[in-house]
Amino acid sequence: MPLPRLIPCLDVAGSRVVKGVRFQGLRDVGDPVELGAAYSESGADELVFLDVKATLEGRRTLVEVVRRVAERLAIPFTVGGGVRSVADAEQLLRAGADRVALNSAALERPALVTEIAERLGAQAVVVAIDAAGGRVRSRAASAATSRGAVEWAQEAEARGAGEILLTSIDADGTRAGYDLVLTAAVSAAVSIPVIASGGAGKAAHVAAALEVAQAALLASIVHEDPAGLTRLRAELRGLGVTLRDAA
Amino acid sequence: MRVAVCDYGAGNVRSVELAFRRLGAELGDDIATADLAVLPGVGSARSAMEELRARGLDRVLVERVAAGRLVLGICLGLQLALEWTEEDGGVEGLGLLPGRAVRLGAGRVPRLGWAAVGDSAYYFAHSYAAETPTATAWSEGLVAEVRAGSFVGVQFHPEKSGAAGGRYLERCLSRA
Repeated sequence: MPLPRLIPCLDVAGSRVVKGVRFQGLRDVGDPVELGAAYSESGADELVFLDVKATLEGRRTLVEVVRRVAERLAIPFTVGGGVRSVADAEQLLRAGADRVALNSAALERPALVTEIAERLGAQAVVVAIDAAGGRVRSRAASAATSRGAVEWAQEAEARGAGEILLTSIDADGTRAGYDLVLTAAVSAAVSIPVIASGGAGKAAHVAAALEVAQAALLASIVHEDPAGLTRLRAELRGLGVTLRDAA
Repeated sequence: MRVAVCDYGAGNVRSVELAFRRLGAELGDDIATADLAVLPGVGSARSAMEELRARGLDRVLVERVAAGRLVLGICLGLQLALEWTEEDGGVEGLGLLPGRAVRLGAGRVPRLGWAAVGDSAYYFAHSYAAETPTATAWSEGLVAEVRAGSFVGVQFHPEKSGAAGGRYLERCLSRA
């Protein structure tokens, strides 16, 4: 098995990185390229950029952000938010992204997962699942769906997804720890990698998530201070987690 | 040093070009005459082979290797260089080296993430792996690098493997 991955997540609105708590109250925390570079230098294994507004106007801005990030960084990154077609996915990959994350569009039309996987490969398709109480929510967590998180993860895998990005809305931004029960249930139900997301507050939370998932998404825990990622990595090693030597 | 990256619709051409530009290489379009030709690749084997053939790149690459000029295949680019791949119900490859690509049987697939090859960790993202007598390096028992004549193939993505990947590409340039 490859090494466990630490993946800082940058929520992007327009050309800026923002952060909210439980999907509300967005505030500006920096430039995506500069923050991405700082994370890369601090040992990030990958990055995720999520366009949290995903407007048509914002899409052109997002592609430009992706192009600038790719120029600067030599680590993999995933881009999500508003990806609705094979053409959207291709445009982002051609700009330098490695994977696209699908959320609401895949819930509305699950065949989209297959279409993108057939064209760009399973490794290029991440299905992002936002769950509250084990149920899937869509449209930046604002709308309920009829699906359970475990069942939707299994369907996404069957349709060609190469990875699941599982965010617990209950835990997001609280820094009280990942939703380990939900993450373990989804991870056990699929044979593709799972990224745990939402709730990281200290190294022990991340270490616990990496016991049940292949990667951990990091937001609040490192956002205001990318050097915090260096300290987090050191603490994780102290807890016995084997990480990549990024030198 | 002039590097030409085969653009056949594969998604990651720009990432590969940017990685070589960071190393000071000049980028060109002519696969036949460049000092180093790169066959990148993400996506599915069948559509990639069809695109290569439609653009006549299959022939150019075979001639280049026969003439002893360096070609670097990355990820799917390595798998397409083999004789055959199991992907998409079975696809005939370029036959630049003996062997075939088979679906990964153990662990989570796709195999995503950083894994050691010798002393360095590189980034992998693959569902198939090569079986070939030309392997020169391995990662967790899987073929990570192959060499056959003037063809070098890597299963990992040096263009996305940070400082270690940059050093790997620099060594390729120095051999071209």
